[in-house]
Amino acid sequence: MEPSGTQGVVSDFSRDKQVFGMPWGKAMMWIFLLSDTFIFSCFLVSYMTVRIGTTDPWPVPSEVFALSFGGDPIPLILIAIMTFILITSSGTMAMAVNMGYRKDRNKTFWLMAATALLGASFVGMQAFEWTKLIVDEGVRPWSNPMGAAQFGASFFMITGFHGLHVSAGVIYLMVVAARVRNGFYEKRGGNYEIVEIAGLYWHFVDLVWVFIFAFFYLW
Amino acid sequence: MASEEGQQHPLSVYFWIWGLLFVLSFFSYMVDYMNLQGTLRWTLILVFMFLKAGFIIAIFMHMQWERLALKLAILGPPAAILVLIWLMALEGNYVEETRVEYYGESTFEPQAPPHH
Repeated sequence: MEPSGTQGVVSDFSRDKQVFGMPWGKAMMWIFLLSDTFIFSCFLVSYMTVRIGTTDPWPVPSEVFALSFGGDPIPLILIAIMTFILITSSGTMAMAVNMGYRKDRNKTFWLMAATALLGASFVGMQAFEWTKLIVDEGVRPWSNPMGAAQFGASFFMITGFHGLHVSAGVIYLMVVAARVRNGFYEKRGGNYEIVEIAGLYWHFVDLVWVFIFAFFYLW
Repeated sequence: MASEEGQQHPLSVYFWIWGLLFVLSFFSYMVDYMNLQGTLRWTLILVFMFLKAGFIIAIFMHMQWERLALKLAILGPPAAILVLIWLMALEGNYVEETRVEYYGESTFEPQAPPHH
């Protein structure tokens, strides 16, 4: 019987065994995500610092990111849609992990494919958003017509880095999904822990977006 | 609990959290849509943000079912970021005050963003 609570922490770290009772890939993914947390934190904290420090008015995201479908512009609507898409993809990913542990290869594959597709559509909308901001509204990393010059640098760095993570995640998911389908993991003892590891990465990307949405778009 | 077979939980848990994340996202969008301002706006943004982040980490990433050793190893270190936030907020305020003192208040004339 493994001790639990603080006794368990002492025991896990000091006993003659691996500290984290999980496949090494999963422990390494957690540690990678911890390091990534610090990267995104640095971006968001820098954004906070320049936003506090500027004397010029900060552009109002609600207006900058408004979009009109023929009628009056709806505030922040594209960002809201992107948020819902990412949450939907997190749900399909959670299902894929569950189906992976049930060794239901077919469902795991299709759920992962759906997750990747939703992720790709998120990146597509982000490309649209960037184009609109650069071409139509004249936002540059060093200036913009709406207010503080630091707005552009913060926006492109934060959403660009997040978009790169989503793009990498789409590729990662497609590789794992293809291997689930072609029986790659069957030949290695039918262990689908890799689906959960890919899932951790994907949920993290969604998690980062929660913070970007709150601090950059809503604040 | 976490075991050698990995994380296996009933599907209903995921559906519940999934729905909850949708509702919370809708609420946080409403904060902007209803044009709430000031302390109420910031409080609601933070409350919805932390709830969403908590559910994603605890349920979708299965942290709730992991052993305390992993929870501490992963969730503990980010607490250092709070110190960075505090220091950089001080620094930001200092920069702002210095700019006002030496360059004066902003003379920026914002142009309304074009709507499409």
